[in-house]
Amino acid sequence: MSDLDDLYQDIVLDHGNRPRNFRVMEAPDHEAEGYNPLCGDRIHLYLQVEDGVIADLSIQGSGCAISTASASLLTEVLRGKTEAEARELFDEVHTMITGDPTAGRSDAEVEQLGKLAALSGVRQFPARVKCATLVWHTLIKALDGDEAHARTE
Amino acid sequence: MTSATEVREERPERLDPEKIRRDFPALQQEVHGKPLVYLDSAATSQRPQVVIDAVRSFYEHDNANVHRGVHALSERATARYERVRQTACNFFHGNDAREFVFTKGTTESINLLAHSFVRPRLAKGDEILITQLEHHSNIVPWQLLCEETGAKLVVAPINDEGEVEMNRFEALLGDRTRFASVAHVSNALGTVNPVREMIRLAHTNDVPILIDGAQAVARMPVDFQELGCDFYALSSHKMCGPTGVGILWGRLPLLQAMRPYQGGGDMILSVSFDGTTYNEVPHRFEAGTPNIAGVIGMGAAFEYLSGIGMDRIRSYEEELLGYGVHRLMEVRGLRLVGNAIRKSGVLSFLLEGVHPHDVGTVLDREGVAVRAGHHCAQPVMERFGVAATVRASLGVYNNREDIDRLVTGLQRVTEMFRR
Repeated sequence: MSDLDDLYQDIVLDHGNRPRNFRVMEAPDHEAEGYNPLCGDRIHLYLQVEDGVIADLSIQGSGCAISTASASLLTEVLRGKTEAEARELFDEVHTMITGDPTAGRSDAEVEQLGKLAALSGVRQFPARVKCATLVWHTLIKALDGDEAHARTE
Repeated sequence: MTSATEVREERPERLDPEKIRRDFPALQQEVHGKPLVYLDSAATSQRPQVVIDAVRSFYEHDNANVHRGVHALSERATARYERVRQTACNFFHGNDAREFVFTKGTTESINLLAHSFVRPRLAKGDEILITQLEHHSNIVPWQLLCEETGAKLVVAPINDEGEVEMNRFEALLGDRTRFASVAHVSNALGTVNPVREMIRLAHTNDVPILIDGAQAVARMPVDFQELGCDFYALSSHKMCGPTGVGILWGRLPLLQAMRPYQGGGDMILSVSFDGTTYNEVPHRFEAGTPNIAGVIGMGAAFEYLSGIGMDRIRSYEEELLGYGVHRLMEVRGLRLVGNAIRKSGVLSFLLEGVHPHDVGTVLDREGVAVRAGHHCAQPVMERFGVAATVRASLGVYNNREDIDRLVTGLQRVTEMFRR
């Protein structure tokens, strides 16, 4: 059962049950909706950006523990980051979740991911990767101002 | 009650699930270190060794194209392929083997019928009647036709138990209804529709009707003559046969009046640039080299299921479903979705506070295969106000221990998410 415990770490269950920043934002600078047509997970992401720095984020929607926790963690981790830093983190998270498990990361790299490292267990569950990455694809859509919905297909 | 119903009420001899399980090689494995419990037969069934052997023996001994060669292999391949039409005719009690068109599966059967039978009959403002519990494959082909022709798709609603509201179904059959298409058994809820009554009502209104039998054919005896429908669509892979093959059955005069679906080889008698003469039914609808091995495997599946007896399978699965409902009720926070009085083979449910996908992942790690999602029936999910459910679906090879393992797995889910 150890891989299940890796997937559903306490921090994931906590954020899945009680997502942070779970509210509609009145006047966002950016917003996008992510939808996974396979399972019906739907996440709406709102962003406020001041001088290129993400000042506020919030989410709305419904999904499984993994997609909800991933979205909740994103709202915590990206606050105060620049747009460029947010995009870098997208790449980092994407590599962590989908990358070669044997590649190995330095302690410093994992450190930089902070709480997001709690999502690393998803890598052992290919069927759940899209749940974890949904909000991150939605973030890129929001930043790019793409009106099309983010999809994890 | 008719005599046919009385016969059914005599309980057939109980089948031996342990003996049947041994026929299915894929069930003899461990998943994540635990013996596999396969509860996803509504998505696709497992195949018995005899089906696998039939496909293999075709490729090893008789492999050639059908209806073409003069050589021995082609003759053997053609004979084995065409024999399945008669096997199907016996299995489903058709009138004539020519009524059985081989397709890729239920989806293609419905699309074929939409194109070749329904489309030429539609004008702007005409209506096609379906129900709210249909699979997407019995919704989208009709939506496409409606887009093309200006016809309207009319949907008979279901009640809180997941049963079609028959008074609404009857009322919606109107002057403009040109066609009706309904599921025999709902894939998402397991509801068994009162199809004989639906067929009777359609015919009272001079409306031809298709029954989508994808979920019914593995679970109960299906007799086309007794049903009295005009068309019936099914897939081999839901009933222990290979994937990529199925049947469109239709009454012969209706099929004979239909235009071709796809053009190509085998569906023609002669081709010239001045004009082409189409082949006879059913070959008119089987353009191109068909899934020969798949058809032969499907024939073996019919024979396998006949050998057990569809009456016995229905009776056994009803008993197992009853046991499943009973055991699932013991799970704290579990709510069944779909409580039709007549229900077959499907346990669709929600576990309070846990998303179906998370339930599915934990069960998988326990060796229990279920489906989590909308089951290609999003309107059904919407009707019940949910995005997804967990679906455990039964096959002839499941037993009580499988249900017990499901319940144990669900208890593990509960522990995990309520810690």
